[in-house]
Formats: sequence, structure tokens, C-alpha cells
Amino acid sequence: MEDTKAYKTAAFWIVFILVFALAPLRMTSNYQIILANQILIWGLFAVAFNMLFGVTGMLSFGQALYFGLGAYAVGLSFKYLGASWFLPAIGMGLVGAVVISILVGLLIIRVSGVFFTVLTLAFGQLVWQITFRWYNFTGGDDGIQGIIPPGILGDRIAYYYFTLCLVLLSIWFLRRLVHSPMGLTLRCLRQNPDRLRFLGRSVRYNQLGIYMISSCFAALAGSLMAGVNNSIHTDMLYWTTSGEVILMSVLGGIGQFFGPFIGAAVIIIIQEVVGAKTEFWPLIIGLTMMVMVLLLPKGLVGEARLLGNRLKSFAGGNRG
Amino acid sequence: MDVSFIIGQFLSGLTMATLLFLVASGLTLIFGVGNVFNFAHGSFYMIGAYLAYQAVTIWHTNFWAAIFAAAAGAGVMGMLAESLFLRRIYGRAEEGGFQILLTYSFILVIDDLVKMIWGTEYKSLLRPRGFSGSVEIAGLTLPTYNLAIIGIGLIIVVLAWLILSRTRPGRIARASALDREMLGSMGVNVPLTMTLVFGVATALGGFAGALAAPLRSVTPGAGIEVIIDSLIVVVIGGMGNFWGAWLGALILGEVNAFAVAVIPEWASVVSYVVMVLVLIFRPEGLFAPRGVRKV
Repeated sequence: MEDTKAYKTAAFWIVFILVFALAPLRMTSNYQIILANQILIWGLFAVAFNMLFGVTGMLSFGQALYFGLGAYAVGLSFKYLGASWFLPAIGMGLVGAVVISILVGLLIIRVSGVFFTVLTLAFGQLVWQITFRWYNFTGGDDGIQGIIPPGILGDRIAYYYFTLCLVLLSIWFLRRLVHSPMGLTLRCLRQNPDRLRFLGRSVRYNQLGIYMISSCFAALAGSLMAGVNNSIHTDMLYWTTSGEVILMSVLGGIGQFFGPFIGAAVIIIIQEVVGAKTEFWPLIIGLTMMVMVLLLPKGLVGEARLLGNRLKSFAGGNRG
Repeated sequence: MDVSFIIGQFLSGLTMATLLFLVASGLTLIFGVGNVFNFAHGSFYMIGAYLAYQAVTIWHTNFWAAIFAAAAGAGVMGMLAESLFLRRIYGRAEEGGFQILLTYSFILVIDDLVKMIWGTEYKSLLRPRGFSGSVEIAGLTLPTYNLAIIGIGLIIVVLAWLILSRTRPGRIARASALDREMLGSMGVNVPLTMTLVFGVATALGGFAGALAAPLRSVTPGAGIEVIIDSLIVVVIGGMGNFWGAWLGALILGEVNAFAVAVIPEWASVVSYVVMVLVLIFRPEGLFAPRGVRKV
């Protein structure tokens, strides 16, 4: 049993890596590369978000704060320090995310449940407001355009593989984390925080830790996104960005590690098919969310697994 | 800064506080009684504003009748949202998160429906006859419509408190916050109670939207601005607490009014600063939630 499971996991990783590694060979236009790149980055963002919501049970409505923070670290260093600062800027974004997530986290993990969600939203909107108003420094509503990564990274395909490596490393790390003792602690935190206290572990320490880790990877996703879109905008910090990453996770399935990644891919592909700037995009998102919450709360991956298990036990029952 | 300036700002702060209180009290009522977090509460505010616009500017009905009709309309929409959708997820594991997600989807859907019906342009409403000017009291010019809002707000605070604390429906509402199962076994229709509470709360939100329409322009997306302000109010005051919501609205309204006059560019950030300060020193809100006694 264990062997088949390990075998399946390995097969999954190989297929996953191959699909994304070979994708550029089949892609004829820059546009398709950008699309694949966006799927990778949003996928990482969604998986990182789900470390909070699906694994630990902390629904954050403010992860756009860190996504935008990473993007603005890259954008602002590009604007004021020059293109060669691209890689250090990603590091600066990560450090910034650690510092801010600890400061904000210390304030907001003092409350739990709905209050936590409300406060994440409020802090996210606070940072959005500041960025929006501070026109002289951040460019306000105009954002920052023309961000071209330096050297070989300026090439679309090279940048794609650069992103792929970082995203794979991050996802591998997060997956290891889920299956580590800390991952068990986090799942226990979602199901029964009192028992965790009983076992002598600190609830707050673990909450703060996962909030920081999730925020760091959100910042990484944001800074990578700046290089894909070649521009940043205050919308990356707006609450709708947080909402979109939540929808991706719920669509894919918050109970599955890869669910959010699949959800991100589905949403981005739908966005392309329907036309990203369709007038009624929010309506589509809203109705999708409604259907998922009311009818398919386990998400696409979760419900598919459930269906698969049912079919299996049905077939097994026939044989027996 | 002279006295008339301070009184003028104080009054405009009080107007804002009244409107905020109407929205936040509905939010806190639903949370306190039903333990439901209605993220879409601001959208019912917006529905109220648009219904009032439709009635007054397009159909030329009487202003005050239109305001009450708009509140009733928002309440009916609220009851529909509760009985058709929200009711289905009560009692599910991790209900809180799903409540937020479901009501979040309401925001998006209502926003787009409003855009489809009324378009994206700003809409405006004239102040009612007899309230378009200002009065002079002791040498101060005070806009009459603001005074009317403050007066109406006071009446509603007192009425709501009386209903909650002195009448049978109020007692049922408070009891359902304590123990729904016990209430049901005593012969009260609990699901109906929840729907009605939801209706009253969303009607309060719609009423605030309709009242505010002549002061602020009516736009789609107003829902999210209002919900964030009222969230700050309940964070300051303590969630599920009637008087906390009142105090929070008062603080936020006044701080905002003076910030707009002193540092207009950063006024919108000041609300958050107040919230952060409260969080640092009183994370449970200024009025710590003491269960239901003060719903």
C-alpha cells in the first residue's frame, strides 16, 4: 500500500515537471509562455495561501498585501536602483515579507476565526491605501511599467525556466512542510487547538510561523509576477486579489495539497477563454464561488478523489 | 481653528457616525444573534441607495416614502439571501470560513447585477424638500439634512434598544443568540427567527444607504467601502455588541471628519490607524463582547 502511494507521488511529480518543463517547446507565441508562467506563479501563490486556510484553518483575506509587497519590492528597486537590482530585490521582498508578517501577525493572531479574517482584510486595505495615495514614491494608480529583468532573464523562455525552478523548489518545500511534524501540528491546530495546548505546544507560535511562511511565498510569487507582466499596479494589493487566490484554492480543493494549484490553472484558463477583461468577470467569479461553497465544498480535486474512491469501492464490492 | 469650524466638523462627523452605526449595528446584530458573519452587508447598503435613487430620481415619489421602501426592499433581499443560500451551510464544519466565502460571492454578484441594471455612472439624489438648505442656530449655519439624519439615527438607536430589551421579539432574538436548540424546543420557529433578524439587519443597512444617497454619490462598489468602514467600527467596538457599535461609529465618524479637514490626503488611512491602536491595547474591542446581554 505504502509502495503504491510513493510510486503514485513520484509519477505525479514527474508528469507535473515534464508538462511544465516541456511546455515552451509546444508553445508558438510569447503570449502562451506568459500564460504558462502566470499559471505557475498563481499556483504557487494559491498553494502558499492554502497553507494558512486549508492546512491550518486560518482564512486570510489579506494575502494580496504580501503578493503586492513582493511586486513592489521589485518594481520600486527597478525604478530607483536600476534593472541590475532585480534578483536582490526579490530577496528584499522576502525580507520585507518576513518583517511585516511578524509585525502584523503579532497583532492579528491575538484573535481567531472571523475576526482574524476581518483584520487581515483591514491590514491589506491599509497597505493598498498607502500605496495608492503615496503617488510620488509608488506611482499610485499608474503603477510602474517597463520592468524588464536584467541579462538573460530578459528573455521570455529563460525567465520561464527561472520561474519554474523557483516555483518547483517552493512547492517541494511546502509539501515537505505539510508532511513534517510542524505540518501535523498545523493540522491539529485546525481541528482542535485546545488539544494542541494540552500537548504543550504553543498555538500562537505555530500560527505566527505559518502566517510568516505563507506570506513569504506570496511575496515570492508577487515579485516573480512583476517580471512576467513587466509592470506592477496597485490592484495587486487590492482585496480582490486576495479574493481571487481564495477562489482558486476553493475551486481546486482546500483539503488537497495540489488542489489550489489546479484551481489556479483552471481560473487562468477560463479567464483567457472568456476574455480577461470581460465586463462581468466578477459575476462569473461570484457564481463559481457560490456553486463551490454550496454544492462542491471539497473542490474539483477533492470531489474527483471522492468519486474515484466511490467507484473503486463499488468495483471492489462487486468482486467481493 | 475657530469654534464654528470645530462644531461644523463635529456635526459632519456625527452624520457619518449615524450612517456607520446603522450599517454596523445590522452587522453586529446578525453576528450576535445568528453567529453569522455577513461580509456582504455593505452590498445591502448599496441596494438601499440604488432603490432610493430609482424611486426618487426616476419615479419622482415622495422622498421619505422612498427611503422606507428602499429599506424594506433591501430587507426582502436580505431575507431571500439568508433563506435561499446561507441557511444551507449552517452547522457545516468550519462554517465561519464558508460563511465569509459565500457572502463574499454575494458582494461580487450584487455588484454586477447593480451594474447591469443601473450602469456604472455615478448617480445622484436631490435632498428632500425642506431639507436642502441650512438653519442658523446661535450664529452657526448647520445643514438641515445632516441634522435630520442625526435625529433619525437617534430615534432608531433608542427604538432598537427598546425592542431588543423590552419586547417579546427582542427577547427571542437574544435567546437565540444564547441557545438555539433550547429556543426551538420551547416552540419558537428558530429558522424563521434567523431569517427575520437577517431581514431587519439588512433593512437597517439599506436604510443607511438610502439616507446617505443625497450626501454621497451612488456608485457600484460602494458596498465594499462601507463594509470595510463598518468592519473597523465593530473591531473598535467589539463584535456582537450594540453599544460597542455605537461607540465605534462615533469614534470613527469624528476622527474621520477632523482628519478630512486637517490632513485631507491621508484621511482614509486614519481610520486604520485608530483600528491598529485599539488592536494593540484592546484586541477584543473597547467593549469586550459580553455574550448576549448587550446584543
